[in-house]
Amino acid sequence: MQCQECGKRPATLHYTKIINGEKTEFHLCDSCARDKGEQMPGFDGGFSIHHLLSGLLNMEPSVAEGKPRGQTEAPSVLRCPTCGLTYNQFSKIGRFGCSNCYQAFGERLEPLFRRVHGNTSHRGKVPQRTGGKLKLRREIEQLRGELSKRIQNEEFEEAARLRDHIRSLQEKLQG
Amino acid sequence: MSLRRFTQHALSEWMRGEGPQSDIVISSRVRVARNLSGLPFPMLATSSQSAEVVRKVEEALRQEPVHPILRKAELLRMDDLSDLEKRVLVEKHLISPHLAEESRCGAVVLSANEAVSIMINEEDHIRIQCLFPGFQPFEAWRLANELDDWFENTLSYAFNEKSGFLTSCPTNVGTGIRASVMVHLPALAMTQQRNRLFPAITQVGLAVRGIYGEGSEALGNLYQVSNQVTLGQAEEEIIDKLQSVVRQMIEHEKNARRRLMETTRIPLEDRVHRSLGILGHARVISSKEAMERLSDVRLGVDLGILSAVSANVMNELMVKTQPGFLQQHAQMRLDSDERDIRRATMIREHIHKQD
Repeated sequence: MQCQECGKRPATLHYTKIINGEKTEFHLCDSCARDKGEQMPGFDGGFSIHHLLSGLLNMEPSVAEGKPRGQTEAPSVLRCPTCGLTYNQFSKIGRFGCSNCYQAFGERLEPLFRRVHGNTSHRGKVPQRTGGKLKLRREIEQLRGELSKRIQNEEFEEAARLRDHIRSLQEKLQG
Repeated sequence: MSLRRFTQHALSEWMRGEGPQSDIVISSRVRVARNLSGLPFPMLATSSQSAEVVRKVEEALRQEPVHPILRKAELLRMDDLSDLEKRVLVEKHLISPHLAEESRCGAVVLSANEAVSIMINEEDHIRIQCLFPGFQPFEAWRLANELDDWFENTLSYAFNEKSGFLTSCPTNVGTGIRASVMVHLPALAMTQQRNRLFPAITQVGLAVRGIYGEGSEALGNLYQVSNQVTLGQAEEEIIDKLQSVVRQMIEHEKNARRRLMETTRIPLEDRVHRSLGILGHARVISSKEAMERLSDVRLGVDLGILSAVSANVMNELMVKTQPGFLQQHAQMRLDSDERDIRRATMIREHIHKQD
């Protein structure tokens, strides 16, 4: 199909516009689409990741809380006490102001994380120094899995060694 | 001036050697986003807070023993660079356009061989980027991980158990890692298979973009494939998935190349030689056409159709014919028409140097 604007190049952008109930179909090539200011993902000035995010965020309150409209317009503004960014501002710009925003916006973020990542909890690297006891807990978890495997395979000597190791790590965790 | 060593040569030192699968994979990159605890993210940081981030990174860089790759590394402040110098660094993929144009107290630490660039006060306080030639995403991750650990000896990162590393943008939270591989896929483009392959890739949580990242056009059949998900998967899983998907893309591209050689050898040779002819003789050439012709010639080199031209020269020209490099070479500002003339000259000189 040729572009309906220039009639020279093949049309690559096909879409339908509905204005006041009136449907119009468009078939444009890349360059005419750009000239007409029709944005599509991948074009400069088109959708950025932040536009898309902001779209996801703005549908948040009613979806997340499952309350009828009106009730969601709570009188108190959700605001990060550390940097002062409001949830509303965050949902417009799609960026956090500081690391405490994660806590301040709390559970509201879960649906967003699920949509973007399909997940809500970190499973990756833990920093050595600032990771707290998480690293230890992860290690214990992993060793426990190993322990039950050894027991199943009746490798009792190795299992006993693992059990002692886990015990010493647990003491470290409590101490 | 120390900056010159980073802006004069189009090819970074690390790129001169050839990497694995370098006939299809140009480079592999891993970026790790980190923020310092106790300071607002760059978007809301005051100038003095941003300056403090730079100071802390500088301090961390002085710790002993220094990581071997950072010996002779240099810290360049965006405020000390001209627009043109910044642009050249962007064209070499050493800094992002965002750092060049919008950052406050932005800076970059560059390793002497340019395989490592650490951006400071970009969207996050710190972004460690490691670039390797060819198909080596795991190696890039390993180095980025080492550097991350090394910095963590002295820097305290913003981290929590539930969300992992805390980043400005929710799309980076968790591991903060973005791994990408730059691939050259001319045969998939010629055989129209690209449009079938790409949607499949996005379905498994990876993204395909043009070479200058988000929103950029895919010039010269070059694409960046990268992970989208950063939360809920371990770093190794993320890299592993990227690696296996790209491995399949490489296989598809190889098959398509083989088929083209078997079924349409003469038209293919004709196309490659015509492109070389144009590059070797044109007096005016746009960057789009240059990239397209360079892609053809690069394919010709990879398939053994052309032997007098080296693949590396093509890599070099793809950077050198960008606006920033052309203007730096000319030592003056050039408008778009003048650049098209200079570009043609630059390419001619390179092509004929090979003869």
